[in-house]
Amino acid sequence: MLQQIFRRLMAAIPVMGVVAIAVFALLHVTPGDPAVIIAGDYATPDEVAKIRSKLGLDRPFLVQVGIWLGQVVRGDLGTSIFSGLPVTTLIGQRAEATTGLTVLALLISVAIGVPLGVVAAWKQRSWIDRVVMVFAVSGFSMPVFWLGFILVYVFALSLGWLPVQGYVPLREGFWPFLSHLILPAVTLSVVYMALIARMTRASMLGVLHEDYIRTAFATGLEPRGVLMRHALKNASLPVVTIIGIGFALLIGGAVVTETVFALPGLGRLTVDAIVRRDYPVIQGVLLVVAGVYVLINLVIDLLYAVLDPRIRY
Amino acid sequence: MAVPSSASTAELILAPAPAERGALVQARRFLVRNPTLVAGLMALVVVVAGGVFAPVWWTGDPQAMRPVERLRAPSAEWWFGSDQYGRDIYTRTIYGTRVSLVVGAAVSVTSLLIGTALGLVIGFYRRLDAVMMRVMDGLMAIPAILLALALMALMRGSVRNVIVALVIPEIPRVVRLVRASVLSLREAVMVEGARALGVGTPRILVRYILPALVAPLIVHGTYICASAMLVEAYLSFLGAGTPPHIPSWGNIMAEGRAYLQLAFWIILFPGLFLAATVLAINLVGDGLRDLLKVR
Repeated sequence: MLQQIFRRLMAAIPVMGVVAIAVFALLHVTPGDPAVIIAGDYATPDEVAKIRSKLGLDRPFLVQVGIWLGQVVRGDLGTSIFSGLPVTTLIGQRAEATTGLTVLALLISVAIGVPLGVVAAWKQRSWIDRVVMVFAVSGFSMPVFWLGFILVYVFALSLGWLPVQGYVPLREGFWPFLSHLILPAVTLSVVYMALIARMTRASMLGVLHEDYIRTAFATGLEPRGVLMRHALKNASLPVVTIIGIGFALLIGGAVVTETVFALPGLGRLTVDAIVRRDYPVIQGVLLVVAGVYVLINLVIDLLYAVLDPRIRY
Repeated sequence: MAVPSSASTAELILAPAPAERGALVQARRFLVRNPTLVAGLMALVVVVAGGVFAPVWWTGDPQAMRPVERLRAPSAEWWFGSDQYGRDIYTRTIYGTRVSLVVGAAVSVTSLLIGTALGLVIGFYRRLDAVMMRVMDGLMAIPAILLALALMALMRGSVRNVIVALVIPEIPRVVRLVRASVLSLREAVMVEGARALGVGTPRILVRYILPALVAPLIVHGTYICASAMLVEAYLSFLGAGTPPHIPSWGNIMAEGRAYLQLAFWIILFPGLFLAATVLAINLVGDGLRDLLKVR
């Protein structure tokens, strides 16, 4: 097993290398002089020259790529043009809010999405199934920030149950931390929940027609036990896969959600960096997020072997 | 894939009824068998008509400001209310349809074309495959919104640049889809037969493999279109999308943000239109998937 994990990690390295080169190359493949773009419309030629030399943009492209990759390997993502702080420091400061938000959203979506899908498949073509499917399609079509505003308007502004926006770090108490994350996490979870419910239903439908399920029901086992232990376990591979792939959706939604709820997370950091054309920060966030995505899908790949003993690496 | 190579989807859907059955019976049967597709198509027709004929639907000038009438609640005069400059939200929302439709359609068509071309070549030429697929994996590891945001940070805000920024994250997904089909079809008997008869690779790709890809690509295209519309709104909302003077749904909602408590209608109506349009397209996608038997 350890050897497998190691081999998988090795396979992830070229992908991360591609990501590192791609985020760096973006700056050069887009039309125009990168230094001028970063300096903005009102910069003097002097400022442009300063940025050019600071980012090393005056060197040959391949040399720049080499220097960048060397930095990345050593865990150095460069320095923010705007604040002068190392990008890794900025990302470290903002990681807590985003982690809290995405983990909570993930928990909510799995805790609700999977049972919804199971019930919909079990009661196929019933009204429950229809409701779940309507929810799944419309949840997938909902603009995340719009849903956030509606929830804020109802639960924060009108009912006053939860804070409108803002963030309290975990060290200042669990409830204040959680109460500020509930609305954002619910907002963010809807799309993901819809995706998970849909995939669970489709996968369960495939399994429920199997003979062994009919046998299990025939022996008089409780439906709950049959569904959860016999059916869901065998239907779980595609569901776990979609949880991993959908993680990109979750991060993308987090960028928008953090803006709606004024959460000081990575998404906010990126959006601010874009307004200020602080490219080193954008580059760093992209790389870190992609790394997390690759890592999560790696863990899921390894989970397959736990869920389905027939799969061996 | 049950799609005859000669028939386009439009022909499949709108296939003329055999004379002995009667068109009405045929139509009703189609509706009963494909309720999602019909509902989605009907909603989509309404939205497209709304956007194309925007000036007809009792709208005014989307940019006209009447500061005296600012932040009016929805009423008989201001159907969807007015914003902080006294602009008519109804008019702006109807005109916003155009931006979303243009972006959605352009992004799905462009990414399908580029992705298919790349996918066919990558799938057929083994030597390219390993390298190019790592590149695609790498691009796919970056969430689409973040990649589009980064691209927009480097380009000027314009509808064309938004389309470019949305196409690039979609291409790898199309390439994957096409490549997977090419890999499985490459070993098919008909391809082996064609090869044995001396048919060249380009001709095999176009005549034997492309037709089988039409159905899955059309379905995938609808999903791209739906997600492109959403992401366009996200980009505009985050201030990195279409320039603020264009009344896109994302821009209208971005401007309404500060007035949520005073004038929730500025955000409510464009969001409803966006959600309804995306829903319609997703329904069409689901309907087509069932109709064309794409797995």
